[in-house]
Amino acid sequence: MRTDPLAFGTPFGGALSLDPLVIAVILAMAAVTLLAKVGGTWLVRRVEVSDRLEAGLDVLPGAIVIAVIGPELAAGGPAEWGGAAVVLAVMWRVENILLALCAGVVSVVILRTVV
Amino acid sequence: MEQESSRKPPRESGVTTSEKPTDPTRQSENEPVTFELSGIRAGFLTCIPIAFGVAGYGVAFGILASQAGLSVAEATLMSAAVFAGAAQIIAVELWADPIPVAALVVTTFVVNLRYSLMGVALQPWIGRLSPAKIYSSLFLMADENWALTMRDLRAGNGRGAFLLGSGIALWLFWVASTILGTVAGGSIGDPTRYGVDFILVAVFVALVAELWDGRSTLVPWVVALGTSVVTAGVLPGQWYILLGGLTAALVEVVRHED
Repeated sequence: MRTDPLAFGTPFGGALSLDPLVIAVILAMAAVTLLAKVGGTWLVRRVEVSDRLEAGLDVLPGAIVIAVIGPELAAGGPAEWGGAAVVLAVMWRVENILLALCAGVVSVVILRTVV
Repeated sequence: MEQESSRKPPRESGVTTSEKPTDPTRQSENEPVTFELSGIRAGFLTCIPIAFGVAGYGVAFGILASQAGLSVAEATLMSAAVFAGAAQIIAVELWADPIPVAALVVTTFVVNLRYSLMGVALQPWIGRLSPAKIYSSLFLMADENWALTMRDLRAGNGRGAFLLGSGIALWLFWVASTILGTVAGGSIGDPTRYGVDFILVAVFVALVAELWDGRSTLVPWVVALGTSVVTAGVLPGQWYILLGGLTAALVEVVRHED
């Protein structure tokens, strides 16, 4: 725990205290996050994109989605696999994302108590 | 607000409309893209139910932040200015006295690098907007609203402000739930109890159902799956998302026939 000399003098027992070093670290984190969020876009808007590179960029959405859920499901168990199957099934039958999400989350909660 | 449909993005120059008329991505890329209040509203409302789930993580972050010694004001500032869930939770777990500044900043950057790739994936549509609109929308981009926006743009709705609107919903819930977590923290308990941790996976699984485009998707998906599962077991953090996406794109670049 950090000792905060201002904590005693401020209202709400230091809840509103702001340490200059902490603020600096938070702002640095914000700066590199913004850089990460816009960096790829900034770069791709400045280079000539060939048909070949375009073909690579076209597969990005699906590849990112698979790369996010693959390890997540591999680390999960039967409850998560069942929930994912429910989401897929609902999306396939009714194509309603909100319904699919609700069905998936409810399935996971139920399956986790059973499995 | 103005229409920005007349300007085509640079990477569209070599592609003709008739080349792959059945591809939904290609088709929706030729629809006009607007940036209007109705698009912001649509994104905002669509994202509200998911923002509730994200708020579960905001509460968890608030609890961890106050345990790490951050004040309510400091934790709230971090959520408002950094606005990147996974990176923030990792940061407060790394937080110590003295503050490991370099480790915090480098880790934050590495964990968020995947957003560079996600932003590029949205370029065919939002690339037609003005730089101010593009970059302000990208600041509010998170995993959940990236997936929702990708879905909306592929459907051909042409709502360029959807990312901004859905991002505003996430930001409000994220900041508010951070405050709730730091103030009321301990009494709420573990949010994973309510299946909140599954929402992100569910959003992405739903997107899988829509992104599947027959056999042309098979090779990049298998490459992305293999790379991400293997690297997730070897490397820390979220390198696996970046590497999975990049490797699949690279394989496609090599396979491309002129």
